[in-house]
Amino acid sequence: MTLATWTDLVYLVAAVGFIYALKGLSSPRHARRGNLVGAAAAALAIAFTFSNPALRSSGTNLVLAIVAMVVGAAIAVPTARLVKMTAMPQMVAIFNGVGGGAAALISLTVFLIEDPGKPAVYRIGEVLFGVLVGCVSFSGSAIAFAKLQELMTGRPVTYPGQQVINALVGLAILGLALATLVTGSTPLLVVMAVLALALGVIFVLPIGGADVPVLISLLNAFTGLAVAASGFTLNSNLLIVAGTLVGASGILLTRMMSQAMGRSLPNILFSAFGSVVTAGGGADGSGETRPVKAGTPEDIGVLLAYARKVVIVPGYGLAVAQAQHTIRELADLLTDKGVEVFYAIHPVAGRMPGHMNVLLAEANVPYDELKEMDEANPEMSTADVALVVGANDTVNPAAQTSPGSPIYGMPIIHADQAEHVIFLKRSMRPGFAGIDNELLFDPKTTLLFGDAKDSLTKLVNVVKSS
Amino acid sequence: MSTTGIVEFLTIFVLAAFVGNEVISKVPSILHTPLMSGSNAVHGIVLVGTMLVMGQAHGAVQVTLAFLAVVLATLNVVGGFVVTDRMLEMFKAKPADRAAKGAGQSKGGSASGAADGGAK
Repeated sequence: MTLATWTDLVYLVAAVGFIYALKGLSSPRHARRGNLVGAAAAALAIAFTFSNPALRSSGTNLVLAIVAMVVGAAIAVPTARLVKMTAMPQMVAIFNGVGGGAAALISLTVFLIEDPGKPAVYRIGEVLFGVLVGCVSFSGSAIAFAKLQELMTGRPVTYPGQQVINALVGLAILGLALATLVTGSTPLLVVMAVLALALGVIFVLPIGGADVPVLISLLNAFTGLAVAASGFTLNSNLLIVAGTLVGASGILLTRMMSQAMGRSLPNILFSAFGSVVTAGGGADGSGETRPVKAGTPEDIGVLLAYARKVVIVPGYGLAVAQAQHTIRELADLLTDKGVEVFYAIHPVAGRMPGHMNVLLAEANVPYDELKEMDEANPEMSTADVALVVGANDTVNPAAQTSPGSPIYGMPIIHADQAEHVIFLKRSMRPGFAGIDNELLFDPKTTLLFGDAKDSLTKLVNVVKSS
Repeated sequence: MSTTGIVEFLTIFVLAAFVGNEVISKVPSILHTPLMSGSNAVHGIVLVGTMLVMGQAHGAVQVTLAFLAVVLATLNVVGGFVVTDRMLEMFKAKPADRAAKGAGQSKGGSASGAADGGAK
């Protein structure tokens, strides 16, 4: 057999490894092994690629490739190892974005290599698709990262004529793509790439922070498709299979995530979410002057210690405060006192589906204490206390009762049905979706202001001594 | 490349799309975050493509672009798999913890922190 045949066979093994990896992720038991198989498959394919005749005989280029890989790994390993669990979503965003960038660069560079001489139209088409989707994914992920990392506001960014500008950029890209297709011109392709980067930015800007996880999932699928496109350009089965697997699964996952929020994907991406929030801003102003009941840690601690059933509703605030260990301590103390405790997990609590499960798993909260929303809601009316820690939108009754609300239709955890509701909040600032929560003003609601970890530590001390 | 070639690749593309859909549809919601991260790592195999391009690149512009592509792709594949592994590590400690919970509590925090730092 020739070397090329061997390479193809190794790539086939790697492709099967990737399918196995994704399949492994379907159960907690096999997930980790699945991921390791995926990593091994990738390592095998990458190692075998060094046998590529063109690369092997390219001298300096081979050295440069190795240097580039060392540089990349030297950045990636410490970053991925040291990042806090709360920062995982933006890590996924940024690692996804660079993948899209790499795919776009492949398409662009292959186009330059094949120049001069006008390639076949479908070859240009493959390049155009790879560059366009890769660039959108790259710059879009960068903005998503900035929003989650709070380098910029998490609110939707809107400006006058936004739709018109977006449409113009889209049309310009379409025009340039057609022109490139006809002429095979490199400068036109480069201009289109720049506009595609701009499109990624303006596409993501108006999307509110609470919707960013859905967006990252979509951009992940985009990168998959860009990788598949570069697979077409390079005639590589492996890239086509891996990219398409991710593209297909990513689109499905994106749909499941938007379903969990009770909204359609187009609604998340293109709705005038921003303008509704601005309208809600007026209500905020009048809302903040209304009285709320703030409690002391002593009152609340005693209430918890003598309750029969406490439901903890964790949200992103818990994650930000790194309070997952403290909440577990509190839950364990209450359990020892004979209080029935469980966690009600909203599907989109935190900033990604399953984000809360990952965080609470980090604090060794047992699986059987974690209840999914559908399982938890029927029990809410029998709970004495709903302890809402750093969550807001996921318990906002407006999602059920006020059709004008931007989150209307999103399923919520019915904290409002519990006998008492305790909110641990940093301030009266509205949640990620930027809207007011009526439940905060309910007479049965008590608020404990402060950092979630500090508040929980105080509660732990009260419960210990009561 | 002949047009027969492109049809072959299209065939692979379409079949892979169906496989991707099928494999993923059975993932429980608590694993969505690791899944997103894991599939993110899988498309990091774009590194193979960047290496092939590097082999064919000539001149400063092409080589610079290819070099950049290799760096970015390496970030994607290495970072992706390491982050996913860290997430999944969290799920592993469960059964042991349930046993430990009977004996005592509130040490879970430091124990898992140590495990996190110690492993890998």
